[in-house]
Amino acid sequence: MIPKDCDPVITVRGLRNSFGDAVIHDGIDLTLCRGEILGVVGGSGTGKSVLLRSIIGLQTPDAGEIEVLGENMVGRSEDEAKNIRRRWGILFQNGALFSTLTVAENVEVSIREYFPFIRPPLLDEIASYKIAMSGLRPDAGPKYPSELSGGMIKRAALARALALDPELLFLDEPTAGLDPIAAAGFDELIKSLQQRLDLTVFLITHDLDTLYAICDRVAVIADRKIIAVGTIPELLALDHPWIQEYFRGPRGRAAAVTAEEHTTA
Amino acid sequence: MAQLEHPPGEDGNGGTYVATGALTITRAGSTQREIDALPDPLTIDLTDVQRMDTVGAWLVYRAIRDRGAKVVGASRVETSLLEQVADYDVPARVRPEQPAGFIRLLAELGTWIAEAGITFVGLLGFFGATLVGFGNLIRRPRRFRLNAVVQRFDVVGVRALGIIGLMSFLIGIVIAQQGSVQLAQFGAEVYTINLIGRITVRELGTLMTAIMVAGRSGSAFAAQLGTMKITEEIDAMRTIGVSPIEALVIPRMIAAVVMMPLLAFWAMLLALLGGGVFVWLALGIPPVTYIQHLQEVVPSTDLWVGLIKAPVFGFIIALSGCFQGMLVEGNSEQVGLRTTTAVVQSIFLVIVLDAVFAVFFSNIGWI
Repeated sequence: MIPKDCDPVITVRGLRNSFGDAVIHDGIDLTLCRGEILGVVGGSGTGKSVLLRSIIGLQTPDAGEIEVLGENMVGRSEDEAKNIRRRWGILFQNGALFSTLTVAENVEVSIREYFPFIRPPLLDEIASYKIAMSGLRPDAGPKYPSELSGGMIKRAALARALALDPELLFLDEPTAGLDPIAAAGFDELIKSLQQRLDLTVFLITHDLDTLYAICDRVAVIADRKIIAVGTIPELLALDHPWIQEYFRGPRGRAAAVTAEEHTTA
Repeated sequence: MAQLEHPPGEDGNGGTYVATGALTITRAGSTQREIDALPDPLTIDLTDVQRMDTVGAWLVYRAIRDRGAKVVGASRVETSLLEQVADYDVPARVRPEQPAGFIRLLAELGTWIAEAGITFVGLLGFFGATLVGFGNLIRRPRRFRLNAVVQRFDVVGVRALGIIGLMSFLIGIVIAQQGSVQLAQFGAEVYTINLIGRITVRELGTLMTAIMVAGRSGSAFAAQLGTMKITEEIDAMRTIGVSPIEALVIPRMIAAVVMMPLLAFWAMLLALLGGGVFVWLALGIPPVTYIQHLQEVVPSTDLWVGLIKAPVFGFIIALSGCFQGMLVEGNSEQVGLRTTTAVVQSIFLVIVLDAVFAVFFSNIGWI
């Protein structure tokens, strides 16, 4: 189910994760191709976030291979991993903005860390346009995270994730907790940034509208494995009960209708 | 890797910046310096650029914006990147605006005074709220939460026995050692016992215990309530109809008030023990003599002085711990700040009250 002309950016093979006796993943295989938006779905507690944490190196897996941007991720030293970290951006589920820094300073953190020779005026300009790019108003720049609404936190976190012009973007439930209008706006923003900046996106979501609106392929986690990867029509053709219930349930049908209206309109 | 050439521009025709390879964030600092060093009118040649990111585009764009630079050899992708960053040229401030030096000083002073006032009024209000809470409990004793109180007894009292005991034992040794060194100069080593007995029973036992309880339990109260405030647990309690004062504050207060005298008594005993061990080993005074002498020189009023203060200190510690915890609002950083404030505030109040008690007990003749 991997596209023929796939240039793999992330390759996961035989991944196994467990916490004590609870096995979360047992033999996960997944490939993310350059330039695509891959959505990862699964019920609550199926280990979507754990998969993300294993790929970005925050969780050491029990077994398996993980390759990101051509580099092996398992058992690397901090120094070696630094070069890869520079090439990706991560949007955490709750934003994870540094609470003692303003939004603009949050964006500047990673630039300062990797490129200490950029002068402060240029740094501030870069932070300004990243903030504008992620759809925030300029007056959000000097605000602290505690003064922001949920939608603004997501956008500020996106601006921080985009700070280093990454090739690869990880999004953990970007539209969770947003109202439908803000969520649709966020989907559009991700899609347009992905096209303009030539990004590869790994997206964890519960939001069916997001899946229909922006994902090129969708991977489904269930029973500790990736049970299927493919476009939504391909997944609909499978008769796995969870997939059927997920996409054919009332919410799934509603999202499909919306998506259809969107494309025909 | 990018190779950047810039032919000399001193021929009167301005400078030309020829970018090659990757025009990205990796070399943003040096690229900016090289562009800035070239004279006007500036031309930027992008023909040989293989990869450009938004930071590279921004560098080119700001040269166009600020210096009217001419761009040649841009591919379609590069042109569209340049247009994009131009769209996003909306200057944003990085830090909140701050007024000038003197005004800021005045503003900070004003804020500080206002906050001190608000804290004082708030503390008074909180004190009132807990009294109302106690009143309600007395009228409806069935709402008293015995389990919560017993659990707090365990956390505040029983689990503190080890550390408070060890601390007091060591303090007893230190007092005995320092006292004997000084008193030996007058040949009056035997008065070391008077020193140990009176200072630990009357003052230090209670005071050190209060400081320990403030650090151990006062801070915990503030952090627990503060975290519950942030996670909206306290709001949830209110909506269910459970009073947070009754469910959270009063058990902690009872625990601190009841446990403080017991812990203070324990601390006195251990400090006397530590001093006794020292005088036995270092000065050769046997334990029997030590205890006899203690009985002669330490009046029972000293014990009362120590024990009467203890519950008051416990109350102060629980009050400021719970009060600061309930003041937490917004983010998790506040929990840390409020916890620190709770400890500082309670130790300060304890010492102020200790001074008041000292004068009071002297004046009523408990010398």
